[in-house]
Parts: sequence; C-alpha cells; structure tokens
Amino acid sequence: MKKKYFLNANILDPHNSLDEFGGLIINELGKIEAVGKKVNKNNIPSREKYIDLKEKHIFPGLVDMRVFVGEPGYEYKENFRTLSNAALSGGVTSVVTMPNTNPIIDNVSIVDFLKRRGRDKSKINIFPTASLTKNLEGTNMTEFGLLQKKGIIGFTDGLKTIQNTRLMSRIMNSAQDLDSLIIQHAEDYELSKDGMVNDGIISTKLGLQGIPDVAEKIIIERDLALLEEYRCRYHISQISSAKSVLTIKEKKQSLKFSCGVSINNLSLNENDIGDFRTFLKLSPPLRTEEDRLALVDGLNEKAINVIVSDHKPEDEEQKRLTFAGAATGSSGIETLLSLSLELFHNGSIKLNTIIEALTSNPAKILKINKGNLNIGNDADFCIVDINKPWIVKKENLLSKSKNTSIENKKLQGKVTNTFVNGEELYKI
Amino acid sequence: MAIKSDKAVRISQKHLLGIQDLSISDVNYILSEANQFIKLNRSKNKKLDTLRGKTQINLFFEPSTRTQSSFELAGKRLGADVMSMNIVNSAIKKGETLIDTAMTLNAMHPDLIVIRHPDSGACNLLSQKVNCALINAGDGRREHPTQALLDALTIIEKKGKVQGLRIAICGDILHSRVARSNIYLLNMLGAEVNLVAPTNLMPKDVERFGVNKFYDMKKGLKDCDIVMMLRLQNERMNSSFLSSNREYYEYYGLTPDKLNSAKNDALIMHPGPMNRGIEIDTNLADDINKSVIREQVELGVAVRMACLKIFCE
Repeated sequence: MKKKYFLNANILDPHNSLDEFGGLIINELGKIEAVGKKVNKNNIPSREKYIDLKEKHIFPGLVDMRVFVGEPGYEYKENFRTLSNAALSGGVTSVVTMPNTNPIIDNVSIVDFLKRRGRDKSKINIFPTASLTKNLEGTNMTEFGLLQKKGIIGFTDGLKTIQNTRLMSRIMNSAQDLDSLIIQHAEDYELSKDGMVNDGIISTKLGLQGIPDVAEKIIIERDLALLEEYRCRYHISQISSAKSVLTIKEKKQSLKFSCGVSINNLSLNENDIGDFRTFLKLSPPLRTEEDRLALVDGLNEKAINVIVSDHKPEDEEQKRLTFAGAATGSSGIETLLSLSLELFHNGSIKLNTIIEALTSNPAKILKINKGNLNIGNDADFCIVDINKPWIVKKENLLSKSKNTSIENKKLQGKVTNTFVNGEELYKI
Repeated sequence: MAIKSDKAVRISQKHLLGIQDLSISDVNYILSEANQFIKLNRSKNKKLDTLRGKTQINLFFEPSTRTQSSFELAGKRLGADVMSMNIVNSAIKKGETLIDTAMTLNAMHPDLIVIRHPDSGACNLLSQKVNCALINAGDGRREHPTQALLDALTIIEKKGKVQGLRIAICGDILHSRVARSNIYLLNMLGAEVNLVAPTNLMPKDVERFGVNKFYDMKKGLKDCDIVMMLRLQNERMNSSFLSSNREYYEYYGLTPDKLNSAKNDALIMHPGPMNRGIEIDTNLADDINKSVIREQVELGVAVRMACLKIFCE
C-alpha cells in the first residue's frame, strides 16, 4: 500500500481532544502515521501527491453499538456484505451486532461461524454480542466466560429484556467476576403488552395499544438498584423518554454505567407516525416532542453517552401489514451520521458531543481501540462534507432492506469517503 | 328536520375511513341523503335501482351481525349486487396478507368494499391498494363512522338538532371505535361531550379532543340530553381492567337512579349488542319513552344507504 496524504481538513477526534485544521498521513501498513495541524503542505515530501480535502471534515470511523444483521437465518433481510456497504456509505467502520438471529448467538460453536462469516464477507469491523440467556428465553444464562474468550464483546438479549429480577442479579454477579459488558433493552413486558406506540394522544387517536414511558423507567430503576449491589459493566441499550433521562441523571451521580439512544428517538417524535406508517413502528416507540427534547438534553448533559442507529432491516413483507401486524424497527445505519448532523445544524447539540457519542464513547464502553485517530492505530476514518444537502431515497439505500424511517427527508451533511485500515472502501 | 342540505353535492373524500377525514359539509350531505331514505324504508316498496349494476363486497374480518346485515340490506335496497365474505374462516387465516386479499378482490372490479377488521388502520392500508370506494365498518379501536352518523341522525330525529346538546358517552371508551367516531362527529356538530368511564377504560390524553372526563357517573350525566352507553366486553374482566360485573354495574351501569341526574327528557342510546344487567338496567333498555336503541338500528340502514350511494358516485 502506498502512503496517503490528506491535507486541508477539519479534523475532529474527541478521543484525543483534537479539533483543528490540518492533515492526516496513512503509512504503508494502513496505520495512521501523523494527524493534525502539523501535517500541512510545507512538511510533506514535495514529490508526494496529496489529496486536498478543501475544508471537509475527517472523523474517526463511527462505532455503531446496535445493529441487527440477518446472518445467520435472515440473509434475505441483510447479510454481512450488504451491511458493510450500507455502513461504509454512512461512515461506520465498526458495528456491534445483536444476537437475535436464527440460530441465536448463544453458544460457542455459532460464534466461530459468525466470526468466519464476518471476516470473509464483511469489510468493516464486526464486534458480535451473544445473548444473555439461552435461546433468548430469559431463564438460563449463557456462558459469558467461554463466549468472551471466543471474541464476544458483550451480552444482550437485543430486542428482549430480562424480566426476572433474580436472574438479572445473577447475571450482574457473573458479569462482575468475568468483567463482561451487559447491555439491557429496558422494557417491562406486563406494562408494554400488545403496545405499539407511545401511550398518549397518538395511541388514543389511532386506536393503538400504547406503551407507557414508565415501562422503560421501571426496568432502568430496577437494574440500577441491582447495580448498587452487584457492580458490573452495565449499559442501557437505548432510552426513549424524559422520565428515563431524569432517573439516569440522578443515578449517575453515585453509580458507574452508560446509556445509549437511538437516532430515531433523538430526531423524530410520535407525530411522525402519521397515518399508520409502519416504518416508524419502533422499539422503544417514538414518544412526544418533550421526550425528544429531554433526550437531546440528556446527550448534552452526558447522561446519555452513545447514539446508535438501531439498524433493523426488515423486508417489505414484514412492513406491508396493518400496524399491529408489522415488525418493529427501521433501517438506519446509512443515515446515522447525516441525521445526527441535523442536531448540530439546528443548534441542538455541539458537533464534538455528537461525534464523541458516535466514536470514542462507544469504543470506551466496549473497551476497543476504535473510534479514534491515534498514531499507529488502524486508519479507520471517514471524510464528511458536513454541509452537503441530500435527500433520503429508498432506491438509493445500499442496505438490503429499505425500511428507512426518514424516506424523502432532506438532510445536510454526507460522508464522501470511508477508509478501513487505510483502504478507501467507499467513495461517493 | 334541522339537517342543512348544503349545496355541496360531492363528497370531499374518495373513501369513508373515518369521521376525522370528513368536513362538516360532507356530514350534512350524508345526513340529508340518509334522511330521505328513512321514509322509503318505512314504506311498502323499499327497492330502488340507484346502484343497479354496481357490485358491493362486504369484507368482514370480525364477526358482526347487525352492522353486516345493515350494510347488506342497504346495498340490496339500492339495487346493488351484494356479496358478503366472512374472512374469519377463510384464506386470510391460511396466511394470505390483507393486501393480497384486497388485490384479489380488486381484480373482480367491485364498486364498493365495506370492510371491518380487528386492527386499527386496516382500512387505511387497504385504501391505498384498491380502485373502488372503501367504507369502514369498524377498524380495531379507531373508527366506526357509519355508527356515529346513524347516532347523529337518531339524535336529530328525536331532538331536532345536535348543536348545543349535552351528550354523555359512558363505559369502555378505551377499546371503543364507536366512542372515538362519536367524539369527533358530535364535537363537529356542536354538542358538548362528556365521557364517563373508570380510569382503566379511559384513553390517555383524550381530553385533548375537547371533551370532559368524568369518573363519577352521576356527575358525568348531569343535565345531559343524551346518554350513550357502550358495550362492555367480557374479556375486560379477565385482564384486570375491572374487578367484577357487579361492581361495574354498581358504579357505571345505567340505572334509573343515575339517569335521574340527566335531564327529564334524556334519551338512552346503545350501539348494541347490549349486556343487560351489566352496563344497562334491562327495564331502561326497553323503556320506549327513553330508549331509542331500536331507532338506531332502523336509521342505521338509511345512513348506510346514503353512504353507499354517495361514495359509489
């Protein structure tokens, strides 16, 4: 590989508190050789060709902590190859995959298969999670220790929540012993039973069963009460309501844990569901505008650490149904960064906070050396024109499934190039 | 009759999916047309040829007796060819999706499809896929527009108007499409609407539709001109919405004592089928001076004839 020189870029790397105008050099091994203002036209060899980025931005490659891939079992929704292409076009170079596949990622033998497929078919870094409980049944723990040794990054039941409090306490104990990361999707099943949308004016108007916000809060409060007793690495997958933000703010003063939010809940509210748009049937559901603003505030106040795409590809057959019959989730890895930038452009959140929540914070929680522009590290990064306007069109999406929650939305800011290990794998 | 016959002779919507989509002139148009059918339905020769050569398909995904027969009769009296399909035990049970069923039926070139479905929004989904007019005969908890229209017509028959009346809707509001359609329609026509229900059966934030909420039935019925009772479904008892039938009857059943809070000439309505002794005292239900439950059924046919005629045009 030839050395590559990028000049005249706005470089933002929250991990290294780097926010300056300068350049980036990739060495022959695809590692970062130098970065920052000291890299300029005057101190690179004059015979070398360089790429003038004309004030575009360089961000570390995004780390997306909540991604559903269809392999194994649902390849018709998304496979590693299509996921990679979709991710790269959105500047995402590392993903944490959910274990809700068929078969479920709950034992060592399936992890080998997953790692092999991920390595052979994927161009991005795949960090698989395994399920917390066997067969996602919420009754028996999986082998955290053995799974971790095979390369499992964390444990979660993905779409499901551990309802049994005693089991949760034992999970936390084991996680403490083994230094495992526990990721919880917070939802009390009795309160959310048959629910499809936020419990409020929209559920009343559309005649759909509501999910009260307290269904989320009650699990968070329970888990945090347990965490006081059983200290482990605990992460709340994604929250949706003002009440949850408040609880988390309070508890963070005395407890160590982390929390994520889906870009959908951060950018949209329940009114966007309109006339039964099943692509906006999400879990957790979109809630009120007040809830959305509280989530934005939570990110600004560091109560929320991570923004995820909650990328859940579903084919048309799962969505061309009545609202009650349709699957939850939306495809969003390609639009994660651009939609996040909307919050910067409209003055809600600082650019540094957004990029931190998309790069260094998830890497820190996962304990991986990604999401940064460290010298000597793999050159995983994206080049972004943060002002470029574009419109989300279903037919232009690279994901195998087209269930975007923001069809026809006008966005500002687009990834123009994405590099993994110093190799340009996406170019607009 | 106080129904204004607006000059608007066209309806603003292609389909009748819900009262929410209708304008006041749409409503007046439907009610004035329906009004003309009342007399016809009471005469000896009830057959017209307005819809001769037209095909009407009744697509019922939920068991129904009165609504389905009412639509069937309405279509036949207007001279349409009516086909009723009960999907409760048909292909859709074998895995065919709603959209595929709709496409299949659409290929037979019907002029009208009347649909009832247990899922809210089912008719909205279907309306995007068919060429003919679609009439919602009840979708989940969302809307049951022809029921609300026939209720309004009944009120106008008996009281001369809706404007300015105080109307109580009592019972299981949460699960009721009849309640939702009536809230929209009665509000539109200028009534004051009181909702009476235990909190477990009251939809969240419903006051934002411009109605008053009451948990005490006597207070909710105070000075009301109309008391509209809703059916309480038995399964509500099993899921702890309520503790028992007898407690419900004690607090929310319509009894002569509670009815005393309403105006002396207050009328009792019920969309049927009734649970006597649970939501309504059996003697009150049969009191011909107070109960207009049978008129509701009668005018239901007229309203459905009007809807079929108007939306078929």
